[in-house]
Amino acid sequence: MKFLDEYRDAGMAREYARQIARVTTRPRAIMEVCGGQTHAIVKFGIDALLPQDITLIHGPGCPVCVTPIELIDKAIEIASRPDVIFCSFGDMLRVPGSGADLLSAKAGGGDVRMVYSPLDAVKIAAENPAKEVVFFAVGFETTAPATAMAAHQAAERGIKNFSMLVAHVLVPPAMEALLASPECRVQGFLGAGHVCAVMGCREYEPIAAKYRVPIVVTGFEPLDILQGVLMCVRQLEEGRAEVENQYARVARQDGNEHARELIRRVFQVVPRKWRGIGEIPRSGLGLRSPYEALDAEKRFGLAERNTAESAECLSGLVLQGRIKPAECPAFGRGCTPEHPLGAPMVSSEGACAAYYRYRSREPAQDVQP
Amino acid sequence: MSDGTTFTLACPIPIRQYPRVLLAHGGGGKLTHELLEKMFFSAFGEAPAEGRHDAAVLNFPAGRLAFTTDSYVVRPIVFPGGDIGSMAVHGTVNDLAMSGARPLWLSAGFILEEGLPMETLWRVVCSMREAAERSGVRIVTGDTKVVDKGKGDGMFINTAGIGVVEHSLRIGPGSVKAGDAVLISGDVGRHGMAIMSAREGLEFESRIESDSAPVCELVGELLAAGVEAHCLRDLTRGGLASALNEIAEAAKVRIVIEEKAVPVREDVHAACELLGLDPMQVACEGRFAAFVPARDAEKAAGIMRRHEPSAGRIGAVESGGPPLVALRSAIGAGRILDMPSGEQLPRIC
Repeated sequence: MKFLDEYRDAGMAREYARQIARVTTRPRAIMEVCGGQTHAIVKFGIDALLPQDITLIHGPGCPVCVTPIELIDKAIEIASRPDVIFCSFGDMLRVPGSGADLLSAKAGGGDVRMVYSPLDAVKIAAENPAKEVVFFAVGFETTAPATAMAAHQAAERGIKNFSMLVAHVLVPPAMEALLASPECRVQGFLGAGHVCAVMGCREYEPIAAKYRVPIVVTGFEPLDILQGVLMCVRQLEEGRAEVENQYARVARQDGNEHARELIRRVFQVVPRKWRGIGEIPRSGLGLRSPYEALDAEKRFGLAERNTAESAECLSGLVLQGRIKPAECPAFGRGCTPEHPLGAPMVSSEGACAAYYRYRSREPAQDVQP
Repeated sequence: MSDGTTFTLACPIPIRQYPRVLLAHGGGGKLTHELLEKMFFSAFGEAPAEGRHDAAVLNFPAGRLAFTTDSYVVRPIVFPGGDIGSMAVHGTVNDLAMSGARPLWLSAGFILEEGLPMETLWRVVCSMREAAERSGVRIVTGDTKVVDKGKGDGMFINTAGIGVVEHSLRIGPGSVKAGDAVLISGDVGRHGMAIMSAREGLEFESRIESDSAPVCELVGELLAAGVEAHCLRDLTRGGLASALNEIAEAAKVRIVIEEKAVPVREDVHAACELLGLDPMQVACEGRFAAFVPARDAEKAAGIMRRHEPSAGRIGAVESGGPPLVALRSAIGAGRILDMPSGEQLPRIC
């Protein structure tokens, strides 16, 4: 496939791996921020090509995984109401709340629909004026512009029966929270390429400077990731801590000005609880006036709540890169994609699901063909 | 498959006074009779000489018979490249073919939802006739029920099939051996992506058509050419990934395949990339995997390519270790190819 096969070339991949091995002089721990990158690393076996001195730590960039359990419970509560059509991205449907998931709410009679775009939910609202249509607005800066456009359209067209349950999160505050933790062993980051396509690369410069950490904005194909690792290792070896852009074919220095403006118009920065990590100040997006009327939490008068996670599930440590999925005692035993305890076992961007799907279930088992 | 316009010209709808199916069409009275007469008998052919009866009595050629059943619940009923009717024939005929049997007869049970447009039913029935002719089978018995509006998704079809086994091989996972070559009869993922592109509310446009087709003729050619088929498996729900995993588990073997050798059409690949789906986990309706001794691999692949140029060898069976499907990725590293864990859910971004 054009523009894809070029970035999956086995010979080039080995050449990058050789170059990485050549420049690496000591152990280095590099975190790929985005779950899409984690998925590609495990799916293509990219880490297997890297020298032993390079450890890839999987970051928290899986929007489904970090959506707080309380919001999922609220989503299920709203979705179970007979007057509601609840619209969500596909990944979100199987993520467990404290009890059930959205698919169970659907089986129980709730009208839960999978959509590809928030604008589809606005359309459903326009077509079903007798129903309350709620969109579960999940995701990082990548999906925020589409949610903002949906809010804008609903307001513009005067669609009164549309609202959104907003769970949007922001990448840079999460990186800062990780770096500020005393347990942090991350020496360099592969930045999330698609987030930067929207927001630009500039907002990472203060982080690179403050924490003396290289950040390489990186794409999602095998050669992107290998080149990102090479650029990051080179910086570490040369003692530099800069923001570099490996993904220049998509991400620009200033991002997408229109998308950023739309986000600014509809949202304001708010504190947000991250599942498995806890509350991070200024790390989420909430609706700003005059779009507050679209806030489903207010519209349905949902009470604030605080729900404990399953004690067996160590996904918080996985999301912070402190353990690998297989190091969790529940991995593959009490927790599987069919019966997930935590969100990273559900999402196609979750580290646990990627390991379960593509790696051996037992450490001793060799899957190298 | 003819398109909608020529279809209507070739097949004028035989029931004009009722544009939609009524509950009474399943009530056993005159309307049921009319539906049978004008819709089903006119499409599938008359009952045998002994007259209409509760069961079809048929002359069976000597030897072993293969018997299978499947229910079809696809939404939308009509999709690019086929409809529920062609699928209900091809699916069951292909299940028979996977045992190496030559399909002979099908039953067809319809559960219709009150209000279903008669035109839709006629389209489906005509495409069943066309698919049956193409597959060399006859639809010899059937049943129709009508359920209240809202209690069915337009229509459901169950087909059962009987075929004759004219070879002496034991085709099944139990015959798979280390050293066998794994072949695939063509590109994967087309049916599932055609359905997804046609589903209401999923706004991506594509021209991907379902691969729904009978494979019994191809299987017959393989066996006639003396290919010692150890196992054949159609790649329906769960796609290639589920089929290979089921066989690895049942045969207690390790199957190793090359990602690059698995044919995926460019448009299917693009749609899968966009939605975060793995084409190897997406359903096909006209493809199968064949496990044959290495010595027969080239001959079998050659016969398959006469039907579908993208067919070929994708891997091999190995012994030792726990049963699993291993895959050498596009960049040359190894990983597991797992079954999908449920319905495939497109990702967020």
